[in-house]
Amino acid sequence: MLEHDVLVIGAGLAGMRAAIAARANGANTAIISKVHPVRSHSNAAQGGINAALLDRGDDWEDHAYDTIKGSDFLGDQDAIEVMCRSAGKALIDMEHMGVTFNRDDEGKLGTRAFGGQRRARTFFVGDFTGQALLHVMFEQLVKSDVQSYEEWFVTSLIVEDGQVGGVTALEIRTGQLRAIRAKTIIFCTGGCGRLFEPSTNALIVTGDGMALAYNAGAGLMDMEMVQYHPTTLAGSGVLLSEAARGEGAYLRDKDGNRFMEKYAPNMMELASRDVVSRAEQTEINAGNGINGCVFLDCTHLGEALITEKLSQIREIGIDLAGVDMAREPVPIRPGMHYIMGGIKTDIDGQTTLPGVYAAGECANVSVHGGNRLGANSLLDTIVFGERSGNHAAEASRDMDYLQFNEQEVVAREEKRIRDMLERPDNGDRWGNIRLGMGESMVRNVAVYRDHQSIEEAIRDLGQLRDRYAQVPVHNKNRVFNTDLVFALELGYMLDVADTIAISALDRKESRGAQARTDYPSRDDANWLKHIVAKKGEIGPEVSYLPVTITKWELEERKY
Amino acid sequence: MDAKVKIKRFDPEAAQPESYWQEYAVSLADNATVLDALIKIREEQDGTLTLRCSCRSAICGSCAMRINGHAGLACKTALSRVLDADNAIVVEPAGVMPVVKDLTVDFEPFWSKIRAVEPYLQPQGAEPEGEYIASNESMLHLSGVTACIMCGACVSDCTVLEVDPTFLGPAALAKAYRFTADPRDGNREGVSRERLRNLSEPTGIWDCTRCNECVQACPKGVAPMDRIMALREQAVNAGFNRNNGARHTSAFTESVGHSGRLDELRLPIKSVGGVTNLGAMFSYAPVGWRALTHGKMPPIRHKNVENVENVRRLFRKLEPDLYGPQIGKSSPFG
Repeated sequence: MLEHDVLVIGAGLAGMRAAIAARANGANTAIISKVHPVRSHSNAAQGGINAALLDRGDDWEDHAYDTIKGSDFLGDQDAIEVMCRSAGKALIDMEHMGVTFNRDDEGKLGTRAFGGQRRARTFFVGDFTGQALLHVMFEQLVKSDVQSYEEWFVTSLIVEDGQVGGVTALEIRTGQLRAIRAKTIIFCTGGCGRLFEPSTNALIVTGDGMALAYNAGAGLMDMEMVQYHPTTLAGSGVLLSEAARGEGAYLRDKDGNRFMEKYAPNMMELASRDVVSRAEQTEINAGNGINGCVFLDCTHLGEALITEKLSQIREIGIDLAGVDMAREPVPIRPGMHYIMGGIKTDIDGQTTLPGVYAAGECANVSVHGGNRLGANSLLDTIVFGERSGNHAAEASRDMDYLQFNEQEVVAREEKRIRDMLERPDNGDRWGNIRLGMGESMVRNVAVYRDHQSIEEAIRDLGQLRDRYAQVPVHNKNRVFNTDLVFALELGYMLDVADTIAISALDRKESRGAQARTDYPSRDDANWLKHIVAKKGEIGPEVSYLPVTITKWELEERKY
Repeated sequence: MDAKVKIKRFDPEAAQPESYWQEYAVSLADNATVLDALIKIREEQDGTLTLRCSCRSAICGSCAMRINGHAGLACKTALSRVLDADNAIVVEPAGVMPVVKDLTVDFEPFWSKIRAVEPYLQPQGAEPEGEYIASNESMLHLSGVTACIMCGACVSDCTVLEVDPTFLGPAALAKAYRFTADPRDGNREGVSRERLRNLSEPTGIWDCTRCNECVQACPKGVAPMDRIMALREQAVNAGFNRNNGARHTSAFTESVGHSGRLDELRLPIKSVGGVTNLGAMFSYAPVGWRALTHGKMPPIRHKNVENVENVRRLFRKLEPDLYGPQIGKSSPFG
C-alpha cells in the first residue's frame, strides 16, 4: 500500500509549503491534489502579501491591530500575533526562494497600500503575486523529494474507531481507486467559492477538505463569515484586484460621485472589504448604479502605472468585459470571494481530530475573524502551512500507521462510485443542482441577509440535496471521468453550504461579513464568540467557543 | 450568439480508440468565451466531453487547446472573434503532447522538460539576512517571464518539438532564462555558468529554428523565442561558443558583415568547427555531390555585394566591439 508519514491534501501555497516543511523535517511526505500544483487557486491572489518589516519602520503590532480591527474583533488575538510576528521571515524566505517582488529605488522590496491598513505593508509582484508565489513554491517542491500525486481526487477519509489513518483517492487519469495510508493528514484544500454563483473563485474550489473533515467529526468554525470582494466583474464574477484601489483607483456611482465619503471618510476606497462591499450594495440598492453595478475608475492613474503594476487586471477587463480600464471606468459589484470560516485549528494547524491538520483557506486558525484584510491570505497560507508541516512531521515520529484492510476499504468505495455511475438517467444534471445552490446562496446568504432569506437558502439546500441523491452521472467510463468528479464534488459542496447557512442563521448580530438587516448592530454582550458547526444526526449542529482576546480591547469600528 | 462547435474527440476506452469529430450547437451571450461554450456543452448536453479548466481568467493554465488550428487558452478567446462565416469553430487538443481523452493531453513530457532545467533559484554564496538587493528593472524584466502559466500553448505549436521530441522546447527554455537572467542566480555577478553550459548542449538553445510560433501562441506575452535568443547571447558571452549553433551564428554574422551576403559554401564548414572536423566533412559529402551534380554548388570564390561598405558601416554601428574599424580590411573568410 502507498504509505506516508505526512499526507498533504491540496497543492496550493499552503499545501506545498506544508509538504516542503514536513519533508525538511525528515518525514516521508506526499502531496495529493486533484489538479497539477500550478493550477491551484492560490494563483488568483493578485494584490500582494502583508508583512511588517522592522527595517521599514513598521511593527508587527500595528499589523496585528489592523488585522484585529479588520476581523471586527472576531479573530483570535494569539493566532493573529503568531501570523504577524512570522510575516517578515516568511516574506524574506519567499524572496530568497526566488520570488521577483517589485522593488523600490534602492533595490529593496517595494510596498503598496492595501485596504484596512494604516500603512503600506503589502509586498507584491505586479498584480499576479499569488501566481508568482505559487510557481516559486512549486519550484521548491520540485527541488524537494516530496512524492506528488497529481490529478488524484480524494473521495473519502479512512477512519477506524475515530482515528483517521488515510484516504481513498481516484487517480483521475486511469479512473483507478487507491488507498493511501498516512500517520498524519494536512488539509490544504482551499475555500468553497463555487458554492456561490457567481464567485471570483476557480471551478475547482469546491470545499472538498472542509466537507471531508466535517464528515469525520471536525468542527467548521465561523462559516457564516463569507467575504464579498468589492470589485468583481459583472457577468463572470472574475476578480479585479484591490491593488487597483491600493494604487489609487476610485469607486464612483452612476453620476461619478465617490460614494465612499459617506461610509468611510478617512480610508475612503481603502476601508476594509466588508465595509466597501456593503457601501456598494447600499448604493446599488438605492438605484445609484447601472445594471446592478457601480464603477472602478483607474483612468487618472496613467497608462504607465497600469502597465507596470496592474497589467493582468487590465487584460481581464479587456478580455472578459471589453473595457480598457486605462481609458474608461469598469462596471463592478461585490462578489463572493473568500471564506474566513473553515476547519477549526490551533496555531499549529491541529484540528480536533488526532493527527489531522488544516492550513490555508480551508482552515480557521482564526486570523481573519469576521473579515479578512486583503493580502493577509497569502501570508496565512505560508505561515500556517509551514507550521502545520513542521508539527505534523514531528508528531508522526511517535505514531504508528492505522491498521485497516486495504481491499475492503477500496471495495467499499468502489461500490459507492459504481452505484453512482449506474443510476438511471432521470433527466436531471449535477450542473443544474450546482447552479441552483449557487444562485440561492448568492441571493439569500448575500452581502445583506436576514432570517427569512437564510431560511430560504436552507429550504433550497434541502430540496437540492434530495435531487442530488438521485442525480445521474452521464459519463460511465473510467479514464479522466470529470463528470464523476464533479458529481462527487457537488456532495462536498452541499455539506459545506449547510454549515454556512446554519451558522448565518444562528448569529443574530451584524459583525464583519455577516450583515443581518434584522440585527443591524454588533452585539458584543451576546455574540463575541465563534460558532462551530459539527455534523449531527440530521445536519449541522452548532456550539460556541470563546474569542481569544490578549491585549487589544474591543472598540467601535470606523474607517 | 449561436455557434457550431466542432470538437476533435478521443475515447481511449472505445473498442478501437481513434479520434473523431463531433459538432455541437450552442447559444451563448455575445461576450462568451470559447471556454464558456465548452462548459455549456459539458454541463447541458454531453457529460462525456472532457477538458481541463479552472480559473476562467487566464492564470491557471489549464485550458490550452487548439482553436481553429492554433494553440490558445479557451478562457481567453472570445467566441465571437473566432467564429467563421458559418458561425463555426474547430477545437482540438493541444499538439505535441499525447492525447489522454478528448481535449486533455498528457503533460508529463512537458513537466519532464521543466524539471530538466533545474527550475529553482541557485544562488552561490551565503544568503543575505534580509532580501537580496536587486533593481526594480531587473525584477520587472523577469516578471515578463514569470508571467508564464505553464499552459503548454507554446509547446503545442512548437515546430521543432513536432519532429524532435528531445528538444527542451520553448516553455522549459523560457523557464531557464528566468534563472539565467536573475541577478540572484549563479555567481556574484549573476552569471549562471553551469546552466548556460548545459543549455548549450544538443536539445538546448541552439535547436530552436526561430519559427516564432511560440511567440504567437503564448497567451501571456512571454515570447519564449525571444528568451531563447537572449539565452544564446548569454551563453556565447559566458564563453560557450564551441558548439555548432554558436559557430553557425558567428560565421553567419561574419559572412554578412564582411561581404554583405552569406557564403553558403563555407558557412556549414565553419559551423562544425572547420575542415578538421573530418566526421562532419564526410557527412557533407553526399549533399555536396548532389549540389554539384544539380548545379546548385555555391561559387568557390565568394563575392561581395555591391556597395558592401554600407553593410559594413551598419555592422560597425550596431556591434562596435565585434566589428571595429578592422572589419572588411582582412576577410575573416581568408
